[in-house]
Amino acid sequence: MTTPAGSADTNLPQTGPSAYDDRRPPERELLDDCVHCGFCLPTCPTYQLWGEEMDSPRGRIYLMDLAQKGEIGLEGPFTEHIDQCLGCMACVTACPSGVQYDRLLESVRPQIERNVERTPSDRLFRNAIFALFPYKRRLRAAALPGAFYQRLRRVPAVAKLAEKLPGRLAAMESLLPPVSVREAFARLPTYTPAVGERRARVALLSGCVQDVFFHRVNEATVRVLAAEGCDVLVPAEQQCCGALELHSGREESALVRARREIAVFEKLDVDHVVTNVAGCGSSMKEYGHLLSDDPEWAERAAAFSARVRDVHEVLADLGPRAPRHPFRGRVAYHDACHLGHAQKVRAQPRAVLRSIPDLQLVDLPEAELCCGSAGIYNMVMPDAAAELGARKAANVRSVAPDVIVTANPGCLLQIGKHLGTTDGAADGGPIPLLHPMQLLDASIRGVPVPRS
Amino acid sequence: MALDGGVRQAFERVLDPADVISNPVKCRAYECDGLTGYRVVPELVLLPRDAAQVAAAVRVCAEHRVPFVARGAGTGLSGGALPVADGVVISLARLKRVLEVDPVNRRAVVEPGVTNLEITAAAAPHGLYYAPDPSSQQVCTIGGNVAENSGGAHCLKYGFTTNHVLSFEVVLPDGSVVTLGTDTGEQAGPDLRGVFLGSEGTLGITTKIVVRLLRTPESVRTLLADFPSVAAAGDVVSDIVAAGIVPAAVEMMDTLAIEAAEEAVHAGYTVGVPAALVVELDGPVEECDVQFEQVKEICDRHGCTRLHIAGSPEERAAIWRGRKAAFAAVGRISPDYFVQDGVVPRTRLAEVLGRIADMGADAGIRVANVFHAGDGNLHPLVLYSAAAGETERAEKLSGQIAELCVELGGSLSGEHGIGTDKACSMPKMFSRDDLAVMARVRSAFDPQGICNPGKVLPTPRLCGERPGKYKPHPLEEAGVIERL
Repeated sequence: MTTPAGSADTNLPQTGPSAYDDRRPPERELLDDCVHCGFCLPTCPTYQLWGEEMDSPRGRIYLMDLAQKGEIGLEGPFTEHIDQCLGCMACVTACPSGVQYDRLLESVRPQIERNVERTPSDRLFRNAIFALFPYKRRLRAAALPGAFYQRLRRVPAVAKLAEKLPGRLAAMESLLPPVSVREAFARLPTYTPAVGERRARVALLSGCVQDVFFHRVNEATVRVLAAEGCDVLVPAEQQCCGALELHSGREESALVRARREIAVFEKLDVDHVVTNVAGCGSSMKEYGHLLSDDPEWAERAAAFSARVRDVHEVLADLGPRAPRHPFRGRVAYHDACHLGHAQKVRAQPRAVLRSIPDLQLVDLPEAELCCGSAGIYNMVMPDAAAELGARKAANVRSVAPDVIVTANPGCLLQIGKHLGTTDGAADGGPIPLLHPMQLLDASIRGVPVPRS
Repeated sequence: MALDGGVRQAFERVLDPADVISNPVKCRAYECDGLTGYRVVPELVLLPRDAAQVAAAVRVCAEHRVPFVARGAGTGLSGGALPVADGVVISLARLKRVLEVDPVNRRAVVEPGVTNLEITAAAAPHGLYYAPDPSSQQVCTIGGNVAENSGGAHCLKYGFTTNHVLSFEVVLPDGSVVTLGTDTGEQAGPDLRGVFLGSEGTLGITTKIVVRLLRTPESVRTLLADFPSVAAAGDVVSDIVAAGIVPAAVEMMDTLAIEAAEEAVHAGYTVGVPAALVVELDGPVEECDVQFEQVKEICDRHGCTRLHIAGSPEERAAIWRGRKAAFAAVGRISPDYFVQDGVVPRTRLAEVLGRIADMGADAGIRVANVFHAGDGNLHPLVLYSAAAGETERAEKLSGQIAELCVELGGSLSGEHGIGTDKACSMPKMFSRDDLAVMARVRSAFDPQGICNPGKVLPTPRLCGERPGKYKPHPLEEAGVIERL
């Protein structure tokens, strides 16, 4: 006698009505793709931390399946373990059966947001995050030196929270370093012509967090794209792409943002919509899928998503043209999860970095493991995020890089926080943490590599 | 009968209460291992953090006669880590430290929750590695490998887990702690290490394992060869062995398996060919080179249609990724499947494959084959659709294949174990006396019968009905009938 090693569906009957509402519940076929082999366990950050089956992709899919079969409800353990998922999608990379955990997570998180009542403090804190992050103006105000706490405390919800959640607020604060007034309020030019013969015409998503805290990265990106022969358009009316909300299950508001971005960008006559943020790129590439059942938007969303490219994809496709100045040093490239796992863009950033003469590219141990940033994760789950951050920092130190680069602002903030300022580069200062575009920009312009 | 609250409190006294999981929804995540057809929800799941806690937890079990089942990564394919109703699961997932790597004596001391591949990763800086390599090596744990005496592609040349584990610390079913085997591998008296190794979690729980490390071979050569028929590929295997070559690995895949693996990892396999062999040689450069030429020549002689030689470590890794992902990748070409595991003498490979093909055709069920051809260890994958009502036919075919292996002079299991899955087939292979002796050995270790009960040896209850929690019949509940 033998028994199936087949799908999670095997032999388990439907015992009651599904625990999901009928708005995009996880698809049966996607749940059935999981054969329970466990190949995802070693790459799952929470399984690495806690060693609990429910906090592995296999265990979470099992719970999703049980909920679909009506055997368990969404409240309690289901919500707890789905909330604890970072959404890093390392399991999607690891899965030999092609399970689309990204799609599954994307469908169950909104189910939780709609159907599970969160504790008052948790709800307030999440609301506070989403009242702040997607808005450039509020972020600017919050980011000014010394202003952050005062500003935040004025939000009544936050004031109430401050005593209840010192860990979460402290995590939030430490992740938002003050920036200069000049940088916070700087604007990108709406049109930058290609240098020399034009090879492509692109529109850049300037982002919300990115544009406030890492405006210098956007400036570098525009200069690099122009130097490599791209006309760069930066539409002024663009706003947040909705990635943070989407990845947290706030589907409705994310889709409102998605439609607005599509409307802004579809008018432009460009070859690509370019982003330099891993999280934004992965959500914009999903618009087509997310709006596929919206008759008015389905086609427009699909057309938009088809044009979205990460900046490294564009540059790798074009091939280097602008002369580079050498950079003599060890550069560690950290794969942002939403670039490597979610978009499968791994080779292109490395190819782009290797176009810099003399640059020595080094890989990080446990490269597939999330740094703990994961959108809003390091604010809502500060303890787990801190453990992962410390682990990533130790892995970074182990290869002794002169510079570390990664293409996501969340990762930059998280790794920076955990590397601290005492762990030095060869010259004794902190290891510069940069976006690859900053390094490439410095190489093309022949200027010293920035420190941050 | 559920566990009473006092027992749970006893566990909470020896473990951190947060490490005793009692929420029934959470416990459901542990209700099956890699073999999902059998499910039993455990009463509690324990997550000890070190060997002392494992021993303390087992002592509580012994004192209260609570059955327990050890679990590593839950990747087993024979239901060896299936929980027991009213029992506890003891997860070793948190015992995952590499305690020592001793490059001079070429051994490593590890905890049971360390994965097979992590041992090699820890040894690699010293130019050493851990040889047995189950296909699930990136996730399966060494504790589970010891329990199952796991094999792997390279066991043809290097042997199984038992050839690479020197000694281990064991918590016996009464909670006492002993060490079996010695760090030098030499032992006076009966080989208790050998008795324990491969006992599928029925004799105790390992908490510390000393493994042998080997020097990373100077040279590794890998080729992927396509053949016009399974028989031709089988003849190549026989000829390679007859030529006095001991390859590190000889793996065979058939059309369906190739299709699934290629779709999963794009490793460069030729979709559509009847059979492909992966042959790997390792050792000193000169020996490897000479033998590699011989192997190529043997392949050509048997009508090899394409010979792909891995030109770089990346290409070699890609070939192996394809082979090792094949089981799970079959999920891409079939909604459901059984993974079978049997052994036949190498000389009967072509015969058994022919008969499996005939049996599959008769049953109207597709069978994909992925196997360790070098040592005759077959892994037929029986593909079916539960939704189309093929389960019963497929299950029957899968069982017939295992029994065919015994009939041809082989074994019920090569490396996946007997577990829950094949306990009832044991009488096909062993006599009543054999089984009685096995049961006596087991009760010498576990007189109370609380250590992974119901596995390996057939029991009337197990073989008469599916295991699971007792559920009263509705008529029984209504008082209409009663059980006597």
